[in-house]
Amino acid sequence: MANLISRRNFLIAGALVGGGIAVGYGLADDKPTNASFAATTDQGEFALNAYVKISKQGDVSIAIPHSEMGQGIYTALAMLVAEELEVDLALVRVEAAPVDPVYANVVALMDTLPFSDGHHRGEATIGAWGMQKLGGLLGVQATGGSTSVRNSWSPMQQAGATAREMLIRAAADMWGVPASDCRAKEGRIVFKGDNKSASYGELVERASRQALPTERPLKPASERKLIGQSQERLDIPAKVNGTAGFGVDVELPDMAYAAVKLCPVFGGTVASVDEKAVRVMPGVIKTVRFDTGVAVIADSFWRAKKAVEALPVTFNEGEHADLSSDGIFELFSDALQSGDPRGYTEEGDIEAELNNASTVLSARYKAPFLAHACMEPMNCTALVGDNDVEIWVPNQSPTLAAWFAEKTADVPAENVKVHTTYLGGGFGRRVEVDYVVMAVTIAKALRGRPVKLIWTRENDIQHDMYRPAALADFKASLSEDGQINGWHNRLAGPSVTRSFTERLLPWAGADMPDNTAVEGAADIPYKLPHKLIEQVPVPTPVPVGYWRSVGHSFTGFFTEGFMDELAVAANKDPVDFRLAHLKEHADFTSVLTRLKKLSGWEEELPAGTGRGVALHESFGSIVGQVAEVTVNADKELSVDKVYCVIDCGEVVNPDTVMAQMESGIIFGLTAALYGEITLEEGRVTQSNFPDYEMIKLFSCPEIVVELAPSGRPMGGVGEPGTPPIAAAVVNAIYDAIQVRVRELPLSNGDFSV
Amino acid sequence: MLTLTINGETRQVDVEDDTPLLWVIRDTLKLPGTKFGCGVSACGACTVHIDGEPVRSCSFDVKDAVGSDITTIEGLSKNGLTPVQQAWISEQVPQCGYCQSGMIMAVSALLKENPSPTDQDIDDTITNVCRCGSYPRIRKAIHAAAKQQAEA
Repeated sequence: MANLISRRNFLIAGALVGGGIAVGYGLADDKPTNASFAATTDQGEFALNAYVKISKQGDVSIAIPHSEMGQGIYTALAMLVAEELEVDLALVRVEAAPVDPVYANVVALMDTLPFSDGHHRGEATIGAWGMQKLGGLLGVQATGGSTSVRNSWSPMQQAGATAREMLIRAAADMWGVPASDCRAKEGRIVFKGDNKSASYGELVERASRQALPTERPLKPASERKLIGQSQERLDIPAKVNGTAGFGVDVELPDMAYAAVKLCPVFGGTVASVDEKAVRVMPGVIKTVRFDTGVAVIADSFWRAKKAVEALPVTFNEGEHADLSSDGIFELFSDALQSGDPRGYTEEGDIEAELNNASTVLSARYKAPFLAHACMEPMNCTALVGDNDVEIWVPNQSPTLAAWFAEKTADVPAENVKVHTTYLGGGFGRRVEVDYVVMAVTIAKALRGRPVKLIWTRENDIQHDMYRPAALADFKASLSEDGQINGWHNRLAGPSVTRSFTERLLPWAGADMPDNTAVEGAADIPYKLPHKLIEQVPVPTPVPVGYWRSVGHSFTGFFTEGFMDELAVAANKDPVDFRLAHLKEHADFTSVLTRLKKLSGWEEELPAGTGRGVALHESFGSIVGQVAEVTVNADKELSVDKVYCVIDCGEVVNPDTVMAQMESGIIFGLTAALYGEITLEEGRVTQSNFPDYEMIKLFSCPEIVVELAPSGRPMGGVGEPGTPPIAAAVVNAIYDAIQVRVRELPLSNGDFSV
Repeated sequence: MLTLTINGETRQVDVEDDTPLLWVIRDTLKLPGTKFGCGVSACGACTVHIDGEPVRSCSFDVKDAVGSDITTIEGLSKNGLTPVQQAWISEQVPQCGYCQSGMIMAVSALLKENPSPTDQDIDDTITNVCRCGSYPRIRKAIHAAAKQQAEA
């Protein structure tokens, strides 16, 4: 089954790249697809395609078109190449791919398709094909939406296979033997029946002159040595000795440093600045005023920060100076009552069903705004010349970073250079370019010198693009035998897609149906004869953005919390209740059944403890989790243990999937326990880790993960661990003390950890 | 001009007395392994050793480090990797890796003080923040490093 699926993905990719070299979805221009990568070669090094460089010494370098932000993508994608190229994974070098449309992320765009498109069930639909075309044309490189392996699976394998075939032909030519009698083995090409062999280094120059192969057989799954076996991550050695280079570590000759003070109210601007006040402070080079704030450039970051703090600035706070999060929730509440909802899923006759049913339950769920709080605060180093700009930046989209650097510096597109460093966390925050625009704006005032802009943690927490707050109303009816007959879910909140496109791509249109507002709510798998899932869009002045698992981060909590309420009302075991509504879905059933066994669901728990379950599909993967909690009547809570089963289809590096489940659970649990961004007088109330709290070792549960691939198409892993955990925990709290939590974070409900 | 002893070397630095040690280490001494995370001693990404004790260098004036031995992640091991660093690799701990210099410095200090810490000791002592949530692996790696140290 897994082979069929990878073949289908291969066909889709193959259809796009047409007869040309497999690697890349290149635009219709005359440039070879490996031109950008070839431009990065050293003396004696050859780019055999857009992904593989080999030197005459035999060193293999692989271009990775996705950012490494902790998810292990440098290793997973290198594994795919090394598998086909027959080289030792431990010996390959990886590097961030240059900015080129050949590396576009097409799956991320495909995932924006409406739910009706069969692509989400793994079908090669017209909609998916069209989006893939569009993705290739836009040429946007991006890391997000848990798409990296799905997007690059086929190109990376083909890159390895293509390079291998070129090396084989080079050897066959050199020896005057048929290519079919030569094969690749451990970094060498070997001739059958003779002792002849040659290393890749010896062959690469000749190989680089070979025509691009049209036949490039991929290894049968049975012969794989790397894919599906846990491999040590290539980036870890540099991350235990302090040598891994993050954005804040960029060091350039004659570099200056910038710190900023930003208008605390969204949409506000600078009214006045008294530059003279800091001119004599040590190390100060220059003050730069821009729309939303002021920067001081100095000869060290600390001096820049001290000066900008001392700088007298007044702001025009603008029209949102009265904004509060309570006021925003009132708007949401009004919208649920009397707004104009946009329907996403409708079956049967929900109105009649709810009017006539004898047992109807209703509930309102609430989720707050959240900040990303990447460990590495936002930063960007920019060098603006007379007619060019170069930036060094931890980013999730070098293409967007390049576009906005170009526009801000007002230079020709070909004079923009982007260097992507390691990311100290991303979680969706680094697909934004606000800090890139800011850094280039500041560096323009000091042309010819690189300027490193670093945000403080306070800048970072108070000027994020937040996970949207949301409200959701549920009404459901139960039959006499305890099955759900009717399910009405109306949500209200801002649209991430609209906020993002208005900020960055205003030409792309904005006020449209937005899957991110209802994903995980509109497409729940349970059999519900009468259902209506709708959403009332309520724009807010608070900029909202992509936050690990996006809409799923709240819909997972809402839907699986309410499912638990229904199970209780039906007097059914929560796992059995879900299974009874999943008869059409063997894959969901399988995950839940395995989870039941893994978690010892039917074993007795001691008094004062409880367990809860949640099941949620996102980014093509199904994840089930059981949380075990200890909680007393005073609401002193500890989350002791979490069991997690994931079906993400075929797996490249199993240990990375495990790590991403652990990571996603802790990210979601941090939000469930503590996470909340509130606003008063237009300002974000929280400012740093003391008041935007994180889980630490003492509050972190033990986590047990099981991979359960069922043969589904490949799904993502970076985000799907996050959505179920909040519901699993609140359901466990109910199990323990019969208190139902419908609002996050738990600390607001007087729970203490 | 202040004189510092860092990773066994004597260095002169021309900075204000109240500059946080973190920024002297990063910007003046060009040792970028020590990270800036919060600036208020809340996350521990900036942890270094001062005379063997773990210190959050973002909230420690440089003048107070004069006359002491400062050790950063770059100077943790004279040759090869320490048992803690080895355990960080064998347990595949880091994800984004940004917090791990500070985490490794904090754990190294703990294991020197308490060679076989219990889970409770770990909870009480290691309060650094890891946003990626590598905590379950950190705990395993601490026990693995303690075991390896005991056997060595």
